[in-house]
Amino acid sequence: MVIRPLSRRWLNDAVTGAGAVAVVVLCALLLSRAAQHPIAYWMGGFRPVDQVAIGISLSIDPVGAGLATFSAVLVLAALAYSLRYFDSVDGVFHALLLLFGAAMAGFTLTGDLFNLIVFFELMGAAAYALTGYLIEDRAPIQGAINFAVTNSIAGYAMLVGVALLYARTGALNMAQIGLALDRHGADPLVVVAMVLLFLGFLTKAAAVPLHFWLADAYAVAPIPVCVLFAGVMTELGVYAVARLYWVIFAGPMHPHMEAVRAILIAIGVVTALLGSLMCFQQRHIKRLLAFSSVAHIGVLICGVGLLSARALAGVGVYIVGHGLTKAALFMCAGVLLHRFRTIDEYDLHGRGREIPAVGVLMVVGGLLLAALPPFTLFAGKSLLEEASTQAGYGWLIAVFIVTSAATGAAVLRVAGRVFLGWGPRDAPGAGQARAGQVSEDEMQDRPDHTPPMMIVVPVVLLALTLAVALIPGAVPAIEDAAARFTDHAAYAQWVLRGRPVSWPSVAPSHISAVDVLYSSLSVLGAVTLAGLGLFGRPLRARVPRVVGGPWLRALHTVRDLHSGHIGDYIAWWTAGASLLGAICLLTLA
Amino acid sequence: MSFLPYAVAVWLFIVGLYGVVSSRHMVRTILSLAVVQSATYVLLLAIGYRSGGQAPIVADIPPTTTLVDPVVQVLVLTDVVIEATVTALLLALVVQAHKRFGSVDPNDLRPLRD
Repeated sequence: MVIRPLSRRWLNDAVTGAGAVAVVVLCALLLSRAAQHPIAYWMGGFRPVDQVAIGISLSIDPVGAGLATFSAVLVLAALAYSLRYFDSVDGVFHALLLLFGAAMAGFTLTGDLFNLIVFFELMGAAAYALTGYLIEDRAPIQGAINFAVTNSIAGYAMLVGVALLYARTGALNMAQIGLALDRHGADPLVVVAMVLLFLGFLTKAAAVPLHFWLADAYAVAPIPVCVLFAGVMTELGVYAVARLYWVIFAGPMHPHMEAVRAILIAIGVVTALLGSLMCFQQRHIKRLLAFSSVAHIGVLICGVGLLSARALAGVGVYIVGHGLTKAALFMCAGVLLHRFRTIDEYDLHGRGREIPAVGVLMVVGGLLLAALPPFTLFAGKSLLEEASTQAGYGWLIAVFIVTSAATGAAVLRVAGRVFLGWGPRDAPGAGQARAGQVSEDEMQDRPDHTPPMMIVVPVVLLALTLAVALIPGAVPAIEDAAARFTDHAAYAQWVLRGRPVSWPSVAPSHISAVDVLYSSLSVLGAVTLAGLGLFGRPLRARVPRVVGGPWLRALHTVRDLHSGHIGDYIAWWTAGASLLGAICLLTLA
Repeated sequence: MSFLPYAVAVWLFIVGLYGVVSSRHMVRTILSLAVVQSATYVLLLAIGYRSGGQAPIVADIPPTTTLVDPVVQVLVLTDVVIEATVTALLLALVVQAHKRFGSVDPNDLRPLRD
């Protein structure tokens, strides 16, 4: 890579930084406006006539504007972090980062179904290029190809879904499609369209078994890019599923609500459990965080699947909490990679003692992932727990606790091994190859210090995670926004008629002692599991062969499924798609 | 309206997926991806077709003329642009893979195992 003159890089950083700050400010303004009244903006002034939309709209409600603001904040954070992260970086990186941010903003604000797909593809194109940014290494090529092929197929499936809905309703505006389907009702064509659209967005959200691309892409993308992927991009897939359900399919699917709920929750539970299992097994820290994201996405899919305003409020709070925490954790991993040139947990054994501050950040991040009360993830999880009990899915609470505990434990285990030198130095089993090849071109030589900026940014993000749920009015505001989001009839009103709709204020939920108990369980579970991961080897050796053997074989089988072979991934994708399609056609049509 | 174009679209989608799954050469994977994409073109054009309709060019024609739906054609056009971008990007990655791995067989491209 050519090292550019310093002044040129400075100019790139300044221009991009100014752009990113401007987007944050504008999105925040938009959010404050949309929180009062949702905004329907028609491009070129092509307003709807008699509720028939000819033009293309931005339909901006507080949820959309909030997510746009959130993604803008993370773009700014990623940019600030990348100032000192790369030894050399050219303008392409900055341009792609801004393009990626623009696509995410468009994705959250648009009211047009086809535009949603276009922004999905734009987000994808920028993301594939960013994943493969370190093109001189081997792994990024592989990761970017898997990411691009899987997500392109997802995009085509969605396009077929859009075409079917257009054939049925003659509309592309989401509000108008919803209105037309209210009159028409559900038929097999609508069900197929719904399955294809959900499949596409669940691929982006990395639901099992559509998730294989994710770990490959996260493991190889540069850290500032991982921050955006894990912080907000995957979550946008979950957002789109919720948006499509409530705007388009809530009417025709109303008689089958229970079935839709069961299907989405089943997907969510499998994703959460498999993600947790894979997460705890990794020694490559970026892959570990990637699977941790899969696990938490599972929780979010369960939340959307509960199909209630309260659960959706929980999802909103959870997205903010998880996004900020995970972004900060990736930044901590970035410090390790930057300083020690490796991202392997065992290689790093005890070496983190040089940078105790990062260790503290990682422990805090691990505890937050385990839903430490009373912070943001805890607040989100409490809302989700309340909603699951109300919907008759009380057992979901156990899944949430397991997910929080396992993913928190994995991070705490890494922190214990790397920063305190706890646990054995050598990896168990000779069969495991060393993970985390050092990337040769990302950074040329080992620095003897860590730039302060790389510590400051994660500190700010973690501080935000701590703060958001404690700001009075923040959680109730999200609950109000979620209640409006789930109002199927009102959406068509304000988008197509431009009529202001007044919503009653939602009675805020209360955090009860039980919620604190559940979260204490997950935090305790995380600490115990982390301890077992560090010091449990003598104990594990004593597990009888009858139990241990099949368990280990099962673990290896699951791990070997993540083969890195694009053909395998698409075979799984097709199998998952067929299964989901068959189940939906049998139960919903 | 004929049933045929819809059958062709479904066939193309499935054949393309099979191509991606079974490819031993990355360029073939990408071409298979293009086959999947062409399924969406066929489907969109079939949806917009009107019997006896002519191309939606609305200059110098009587107002009662039957036209095929222009909206789906615009969607196809947008789609082609996206496809071109992604294909170019993927082909560039494959060229790079050839340089770094010395192979474009997905079986040989497995540096991510741990």
